[in-house]
Amino acid sequence: MGQTITEKILAAHAGREEVRPGELLNVRVDLALANDITAPLAIEAFRKMGAERVFHPGKVVLVPDHFTPARDIAAARNCALLREFAREQGLEFYYEVGRVGIEHVLLPEQGLVLPGDLVVGADSHTCTYGALGAFSTGVGSTDLAMAMALGEVWLRVPESMLFEYVGELPPWVGGKDLILHTIGLIGVDGARYRAMEFTGPVMEELSIDSRFAMANMAVEAGAKNGIFRADGKTLAWLEDRARRSFRVLESDPDAVYARRFTIDVSGMQPQVALPHLPSNVRPVTEVGEVEVDQVVIGSCTNGRLEDMEVAASILQGRRVHPRVRAIVFPGTQAVLLEMVRRGWMEVFLEAGAAVSTPTCGPCLGGHMGVLAKGERAVATTNRNFVGRMGDPESEVYLSGPAVAAASAVAGRIVHPEEVAG
Amino acid sequence: MSAGMVLEGNAWRYGRDIDTDVIIPARYLTATTPEELGAHCLEDLDPDFVRRVRPGDMLVAEDNFGSGSSREHAPLAIKGCGVSCVIASSFARIFYRNAINVGLPILECPEAVAETETGHRLRVDLEAGRVENLTIGKIYHAQPFPEFMREIISRGGLVEYVRERLREREEGGA
Repeated sequence: MGQTITEKILAAHAGREEVRPGELLNVRVDLALANDITAPLAIEAFRKMGAERVFHPGKVVLVPDHFTPARDIAAARNCALLREFAREQGLEFYYEVGRVGIEHVLLPEQGLVLPGDLVVGADSHTCTYGALGAFSTGVGSTDLAMAMALGEVWLRVPESMLFEYVGELPPWVGGKDLILHTIGLIGVDGARYRAMEFTGPVMEELSIDSRFAMANMAVEAGAKNGIFRADGKTLAWLEDRARRSFRVLESDPDAVYARRFTIDVSGMQPQVALPHLPSNVRPVTEVGEVEVDQVVIGSCTNGRLEDMEVAASILQGRRVHPRVRAIVFPGTQAVLLEMVRRGWMEVFLEAGAAVSTPTCGPCLGGHMGVLAKGERAVATTNRNFVGRMGDPESEVYLSGPAVAAASAVAGRIVHPEEVAG
Repeated sequence: MSAGMVLEGNAWRYGRDIDTDVIIPARYLTATTPEELGAHCLEDLDPDFVRRVRPGDMLVAEDNFGSGSSREHAPLAIKGCGVSCVIASSFARIFYRNAINVGLPILECPEAVAETETGHRLRVDLEAGRVENLTIGKIYHAQPFPEFMREIISRGGLVEYVRERLREREEGGA
């Protein structure tokens, strides 16, 4: 009986030939990650465990990205805690403001996550790295403390669900639209405790940035991880980045899946998730007349170069609607620098958009774009729960960068072709 | 979550997909103690909850409780406001792990959830996995925990489990 890529990676990290869904394993981790919200609790648990040294100073990464640049004194105190711990433990990868980026955009860019790796992070969107053919999953701070201390965590081997995308991808439809459509299909717990494996001819055509957007939101369907096969595109993307050698694994043709879906993308419209669940998805033209106060373009889902390029292509020579505040927040300093080099920074500024330093801030209602009561945003982020972006009576509509940028111009949620032709 | 404990309290009944953003909104995530976090537990969903919840009360909710963010602040906030136990039809996976790791008792019991209303008096035997609704006089049995998780629970949570593992390593000279 064949195995899935997820099962093979878990087996390889448990010192086993093969594993089966439902088994509980102690697995070796290649990388353990925490941020300025989750690391303080993880460091506290690490000390309570009686641990003195992290298992490997090159394999524990701290990324102060959520409430940075420090939004208030309490956030500054938490960042100081991370900084001191990084120094004390001699961590090789700790990123200070000015070099930091949104963790799930930053780590792959830095070549720290590679195909076949097993990564745990105290952040639910750690599942993003599945785009490169790694197994990665979000855990809490105490689990992360165990990983920091022992270099191991316990995991249950998940059943896998196979999603095969076929057909021809229409213009203005990207990875974000595909994953929103998929979550709409199966629901916010449709993949609970399971692996989502993305495959098919459309996935082979899809850019690495779009793959990141898809794997990123696997958790919004309740999944443990989302994963792609590393292919030629992946290897090319890693060529100047990878810091170590790696081993590409892939699913056997006779691997066993709990469920299989075939999704025909031909004729698909850009997708929008209405408040207050990421599964509340409709094609953009069926959203109705929805005026927006704020547009947010960025995040660990859509803060990459391709996303900025799509947004800039729509905002080029156009103006943000007078009633709208548009905030662009690229994922990393490298993305931001490239925006400057390619002239997109001018496009955004001339359009009347604000451009922020990389931060998770607005996505979780932390800072840099919090919504007031009754306000409505369209955002390329990943969650539209009650109160996610600010006041509990505000609303968030989720979309890809094309719909978000076009809506910024129109002042209401529109199909990109309505603005950009 | 210590074995053998019997809990009793009033039920607070909520729906499905209670996410960690409504359990504890991100604006409070610079706090790290259960007391500070507990003061804002569920306030975006039910502003009266924190004011009216009594020590020992229980949260009873439908499917996918604790979905969303990995914030361990969520089970800490629930503990911090005095809730003794969460009974849900099902739990999101990271919340499930976090609750066990920080010692917040949780039980998966859709049958009990289906018949429980806010204000019902519940008694829970954690070791037996038994939920008794005293108001309507019915008894339910929750899903048992897998062996490995029972071991973590019996050692008093993940911190103690790792502490012992580290001690063993030291003694083994590893």
